[in-house]
Amino acid sequence: MLTLYNPICSLYNPIYYTTIMAVEYDGGVVIGADSRTTTGAYIANRVTDKLTPIHDRIFCCRSGSAADTQAIADVVTYQLGFHSIELDEAPLVQTAANLFKASCYRYREELMAGIIVAGWDKRRGGQVYTVPVGGMLVRQPVSVGGSGSTYIYGYMDSNYKPNMTKDQCLRLVSGALSLAMERDGSSGGVVRLAAISETGVDRQVILGNQLPKWSTA
Amino acid sequence: HVGSKLDDGVGYDLSASTFSPDGRVFQVEYAMKAVENSSTAIGIRCKDGVVFGVEKLILSKLYEQGSNKRIFNVDRHVGMAVAGLLADARSLSEVAREEASNFRSNYGHNIPLKYLSERVAMYVHAYTLYSAVRPFGCSFILGSYDQDDGPQLYMVDPSGISFGYWGCAIGKAKQAAKTEIEKLQMKDMTCRELVKEVAKIIYIVHDEVKDKAFELELSWVGEVTNGKHELVPKDIRVEAEKYAKVCTTTTSLLHGISVTWVQNNSTFKVFFPHFMVTN
Repeated sequence: MLTLYNPICSLYNPIYYTTIMAVEYDGGVVIGADSRTTTGAYIANRVTDKLTPIHDRIFCCRSGSAADTQAIADVVTYQLGFHSIELDEAPLVQTAANLFKASCYRYREELMAGIIVAGWDKRRGGQVYTVPVGGMLVRQPVSVGGSGSTYIYGYMDSNYKPNMTKDQCLRLVSGALSLAMERDGSSGGVVRLAAISETGVDRQVILGNQLPKWSTA
Repeated sequence: HVGSKLDDGVGYDLSASTFSPDGRVFQVEYAMKAVENSSTAIGIRCKDGVVFGVEKLILSKLYEQGSNKRIFNVDRHVGMAVAGLLADARSLSEVAREEASNFRSNYGHNIPLKYLSERVAMYVHAYTLYSAVRPFGCSFILGSYDQDDGPQLYMVDPSGISFGYWGCAIGKAKQAAKTEIEKLQMKDMTCRELVKEVAKIIYIVHDEVKDKAFELELSWVGEVTNGKHELVPKDIRVEAEKYAKVCTTTTSLLHGISVTWVQNNSTFKVFFPHFMVTN
């Protein structure tokens, strides 16, 4: 993480040191996140919703500074809404991703934001775009982010296969997130999932005791 | 011009910021007259692309061939054919190019043609509101092709409105050209077939008596060019012009035949044009 954390200063600076991920499947995307917001060692919110709607079929997963990502998401929601009205059709996921990139790159020195943009549009179906800190933009079939993501790269590389079904993706995401939450102190709480497709957005919460169990202890 | 003058001689047609008593803005109408004085340009949309044809009148033997272009590239996938005051048209093509470029820069993908034509039309319209400026004296036809929307064709006129078309014509022979265009079944044609028909229409509407020589400028965008707007390659253009010349000769011969038949009422003869042409 590139945060300059000043232990002497007592500023209230909530951070999503988090685990977020998004997976494309044929017909849509599945996105997921943990639910922990911390200020230092204190968990400011243990049931956070880090999956933010930007438009009817476009969501973003937020990691990094809570304030920064909320502010950027608000700006992009406004811009995309305006653009969609002008165009008189639903916006493309690629457009939303480019708008995120524009803000994240222009203000890269002041911001700390790692965002995954995912959604469904008529032209290209389900898409996942990642905009990490610094403001790069790249489309990937699977993307993980946040501090907990480092623990699940191996799990993703070995378990993701192209052309999975929606249910396979949901299991993959919830499994990966629970593994990350197990190991990363900055991730935890519940698992929030959303499946976005042509028919709509289907949101779920998986509570702590219902998470997949990986260790026998 | 009825209605353009008050009794005391001060006209309603002196600035674009004045309505006449019967609700017209004369400056805008005069701008459209400027378009009607220019030579014809047509654009036709078919199944897999858009074809433009422009009748470029040659005013001097000293002109370099291919100069004074009337078809512009606005973006890789968008072309623009113009009629009217060329200088006005060139500055509008720059406006269109900036709009397309800014859109791609902001939103990360090709500008949809409907949106582009509305933006440029809004710009043209702005110049019809004030007395300090004059309206643009040109109409133009925008055409594009991309994977998602397919072929699109829009026309913008000096009043600042834009409409989508399957085929449209602007300039002095626009009525005659529209009649010819209406005869085509463009929805079922491909670009290769359409190129020949566009050349033929330009040759048909060209007035040999009033305007002598002309150069045909042809361009297309579609599946056949992989979505890139470009001038039609020389060999295809030459073939299209040959077809056009044949068809126009046939038409003039047919006119000749019908006249002779009426005059010789006693004999009934049926002439087949093909035989005439091969001579």
